[in-house]
Amino acid sequence: MASHPRPTSPHLQIYKPQLTSATSIFHRLTGVGLAIGTLVLVYWLIAAAMGNEAFDMAETIVGSVIGRILLFLWSLAFFYHLLNGIRHLAWDAGFGFELPAAYRSGYAVIIGTVVLTLLAWVLGYMARGAF
Amino acid sequence: MAELTLPASMKPVAGKTFKAPAGAKRLKTFKVYRWDPDVGGNPQIDSYEVDLDSCGPMVLDAIIKIKNEIDPTLTFRRSCREGVCGSCAMNIDGTNTLACTKDIGEIGGEVKIYPLPHMPVVKDLVPDLNHIFAQYASIEPWMKAKSQPPSRERPQSPEERAKLDGLWECILCFCCSTSCPSYWWNGDRYLGPAILLQAYRWIADTRDESAGERLDELEDPFRLYRCHTIMNCTKTCPKGLNPAKAIGEIKKLMIERR
Repeated sequence: MASHPRPTSPHLQIYKPQLTSATSIFHRLTGVGLAIGTLVLVYWLIAAAMGNEAFDMAETIVGSVIGRILLFLWSLAFFYHLLNGIRHLAWDAGFGFELPAAYRSGYAVIIGTVVLTLLAWVLGYMARGAF
Repeated sequence: MAELTLPASMKPVAGKTFKAPAGAKRLKTFKVYRWDPDVGGNPQIDSYEVDLDSCGPMVLDAIIKIKNEIDPTLTFRRSCREGVCGSCAMNIDGTNTLACTKDIGEIGGEVKIYPLPHMPVVKDLVPDLNHIFAQYASIEPWMKAKSQPPSRERPQSPEERAKLDGLWECILCFCCSTSCPSYWWNGDRYLGPAILLQAYRWIADTRDESAGERLDELEDPFRLYRCHTIMNCTKTCPKGLNPAKAIGEIKKLMIERR
């Protein structure tokens, strides 16, 4: 019999990163990010309800360079979670399980996320008359 | 809970190096996980230089050559050497597959070989499969029919038989279950892709009359619903089967029967 306790074999450290697992872990990470981002949204709404001074301050914070970078990441997370959520709905309905389909939908989610995020920001800046 | 890293005592450290004899032309280095229960301590990664000119084409050929000619202490499971028995399942070049059907030529650089991931190691490349076989037994993988059997076999139309295609081919090598992060973190209670595919194999069998009870047994936040459709299982299956789809079918049946 084994005279020493059995070690657990290596797992995450050695398993090749691939689209299947990457899209899954990013779905979870963006979900956590969105939850945190929602707190900022709540702060912004409360500030709006509190009056001019509080709202001006919220606008300054959110509109700062760091604020905009975080907002950009939040929008990236939003569109990723939205599109990959639709992918999951399709799976739950029984579609898209074949490996080529799963890879196509995975790449579509990534491309769609970039396109929709950029589109949202371009439209946002256009609405503010930036260009 | 998810443990993202191994405890310090289980982390592999550099081990011995076995150089190829002089004159060998087509060298390939195999880095193999070693752990000996009689010695204990940290697992080691031993390096073996193999001359591919005197070696068969598959990874299993190379490790048999290593055992025969270089280091007889190397321990691994193998039997059929043609992808039907599932014994030589291991992690090769970062993904789980059968050593006997994995072409060395597909792997660039060094060939890294580990046991199936996140399993208790018996010795070297041999994982302890007791728990996963107990999980297999828990789904009662045999035909359960209550009706009186006909005088001969229970008939099945070609269409009914076709429902088992993509399921019966599973050889229980457990490449899929040990590729699944959800099984890594919750394998104590989550059944994992291999066992759930087997469960669906019996649910889908028209001769079996216990689908309802089988679904009752699976309706559990852990046993079935730790599957988050990561799809590592389907990606890695050396037989080209689709455990993720089988699990999806079980989830669909759960909703349809409400």
